[in-house]
Amino acid sequence: MTAQTALPPARRRAPRWLPGLLLVSPSIVAIAVFVYGMLGWNFKVALSDQHDEITPGKFVGLENFVNLWDETRWGISVRHAIVFTLVFVGGALVLGWFLAFLMEKGLKGEGGFRAVYLFPMAISFIATGVVWRWLMNSATGERAVGLNALFGMFGLDFLQWQWFRDQDWGMAAMAIPAIWQMSGYVMALFLAGFRGVPEELREAARVDGCNEWQVYRYVVFAFLRPVTLSAMIILGHISLKVFDLIVSVSGKQIITDVPAIFMWTAVYDSHDPAKGATIAAYIVLSVAIFVVPYLIWNARREKRQ
Amino acid sequence: MRRRWISAAAIGLAGILALGACGGGDSGGGGEGGTSAKRVEVFSWWTGPGEADGLKAMREIFERQNPNYTFFDAAVAGGSGDQARALLSSKLQANQPPDTFQGHAGAELQGYIKAGKLEPLNFLYDELKLKDVFPEQLVEQITVAGNIYSVPVNIHRSNILWFNPGVLKEAGVAGAPKTIEEFIGALEKVKKTGKIPLSIGSQWTQVHLLESVLLGSLGTDAYNALWTANADWSSAEVTKALENFKTIMSYAGTPQEDWQPAAKQVADGEAAFNIMGDWAYGYFHNPPDGGLGKTSKTDFDWAPSPGTDGTFMWLSDSFTLPKGAPNREGAVAWLKVAASKEGQDAFNPLKGSIPARKDADKSLYQDYLAWNLDQWASNKLAGSIQHGVVANDAWRTAINDAVGLFGQDQDVAKLQTALVDAAKASGQ
Repeated sequence: MTAQTALPPARRRAPRWLPGLLLVSPSIVAIAVFVYGMLGWNFKVALSDQHDEITPGKFVGLENFVNLWDETRWGISVRHAIVFTLVFVGGALVLGWFLAFLMEKGLKGEGGFRAVYLFPMAISFIATGVVWRWLMNSATGERAVGLNALFGMFGLDFLQWQWFRDQDWGMAAMAIPAIWQMSGYVMALFLAGFRGVPEELREAARVDGCNEWQVYRYVVFAFLRPVTLSAMIILGHISLKVFDLIVSVSGKQIITDVPAIFMWTAVYDSHDPAKGATIAAYIVLSVAIFVVPYLIWNARREKRQ
Repeated sequence: MRRRWISAAAIGLAGILALGACGGGDSGGGGEGGTSAKRVEVFSWWTGPGEADGLKAMREIFERQNPNYTFFDAAVAGGSGDQARALLSSKLQANQPPDTFQGHAGAELQGYIKAGKLEPLNFLYDELKLKDVFPEQLVEQITVAGNIYSVPVNIHRSNILWFNPGVLKEAGVAGAPKTIEEFIGALEKVKKTGKIPLSIGSQWTQVHLLESVLLGSLGTDAYNALWTANADWSSAEVTKALENFKTIMSYAGTPQEDWQPAAKQVADGEAAFNIMGDWAYGYFHNPPDGGLGKTSKTDFDWAPSPGTDGTFMWLSDSFTLPKGAPNREGAVAWLKVAASKEGQDAFNPLKGSIPARKDADKSLYQDYLAWNLDQWASNKLAGSIQHGVVANDAWRTAINDAVGLFGQDQDVAKLQTALVDAAKASGQ
């Protein structure tokens, strides 16, 4: 009897996991098709010899991945990507940390400053690029405009330089607008990190005889480590994929070539799908080198908690 | 209760997503089906001042002559058509072509031709007797294996040396240099005055300069032979031409953002010379904001680029007939307007180019355009590299890369090797 009365509601009611699954199923399907499906397709093209849009390719293994390294342009674009990433990630971390530190120290009108520093985040890289293209104009002396003209006005002519047209350090200049844009975001991350350090811990450290610097050195910074790592991952993957900023500052020129731009020329100008897909695969792999260990580390940490 | 609500929402969401997908397909198909009988979709990148006006003038003629068709302007903005071509190539691969699209006449269309995306227009050339009204050498240079795939609407010229007469006078240069050697001498004289001898823009303007230097150093026949099957890019003549290119580039000022700021340096008297296509004329001559409002012959002047007098290095915008065009009849009607004397004479004075036809109404073309029209009728022809006439997209990109890399290391031997490889790999 009791078993019979208990059955109908169980039959009527769907299993507990079903509504949840239904709710996320559209996005699972969309991601499966548009992210992983496309990713798989991309690798398939990268492993084929489809060097024009008409003839169907056949499997050639890693040939494209190896041959790419023979191209001078690829070497240059990889070097550029590394310089850009180092300067951009380093610069945004240092500047973002410093801004957060100032806020944390109880700057007057903190809310206002916070908004000001966060604003660049709201602008797209394209718009940032258009403005900075003008600011970083490479003309010097009498013809200077933008930042070079500003330096000239204040008698700092020795600071005038070629910006992104400089052969050795051009990509470092290219990272400046990116730092400008993303440091506010990093600041927000760090500020949350700073605020997450319990006051009692600082108090305890002070009681133990730490000076203010040591409080930061041994207590606060230790708490910031996960935040720093997250910020590095986020900045790092933005940096390896960078395309829009560079296109709007300098277009498709070798002096500021990066893998994403090379990929664009390979697909749309050279009409070489296999080469484009190979470059795309390298970009995905380089981002994965950053992201996958982070995901593993994160999963382990959550399990521990 | 709450759970049921959630599952209802989930199912609803999934349903909406599915419906949305079907609905999108339906309305797209239905919409096209309903209007395709009348609508003619014309795909171009003419959105800037001058060119958009020219397109509008041709559109008015088209609509007057074909009252049963409506013109649908599918223009995509962006200077040299980069964005437009990227979109076009996806549309063609998905077999959803516009009724007709703009493309540079010549090798740029080869990819589409090989992929079987274009219909030959020989029937139209025969019907309208176009082979009689276009220059013979032009028809020859756009013919691929006996077929012609596009109708050239306008002609621009690539090998023009723009200069500032005031700066030349100050430097003691008597007039426009006639040969490459004279040019280098003149650059040296200008350098001594402290002005910029030669203004230059971004990477593509350097390729543009290279094509003029190649033509000027090699001569017309040798230059045209570079694009034939048994071309020799490794010859000593090419080495000499590339060394000239290096010498000339050593007189170049700081690279500007694009061709306009580089041309402006000449107009403003900061620089003496600039080698750029004749679209620069409109920029110099037109009143602000569209141009600089300068007076021709006093503020700026021009000549064929050094060593190329008597040769017209051309490029041309043309229209095509894609296979599977939804409205083929309408597209052919558009091509007839684009090929007609009336259409070309309406379009070109506004765009700042000259008609491809030899029978244009000369009174419509003033100043530079009048001079250029005469040259078009009498000169030998050579095709532009950067603007899609002689080299297909892949080859042109490889040449661009080679010039970009040359900018980094200034190594002539490497540049020549890269050009030899590019020619071999082009499959043209």
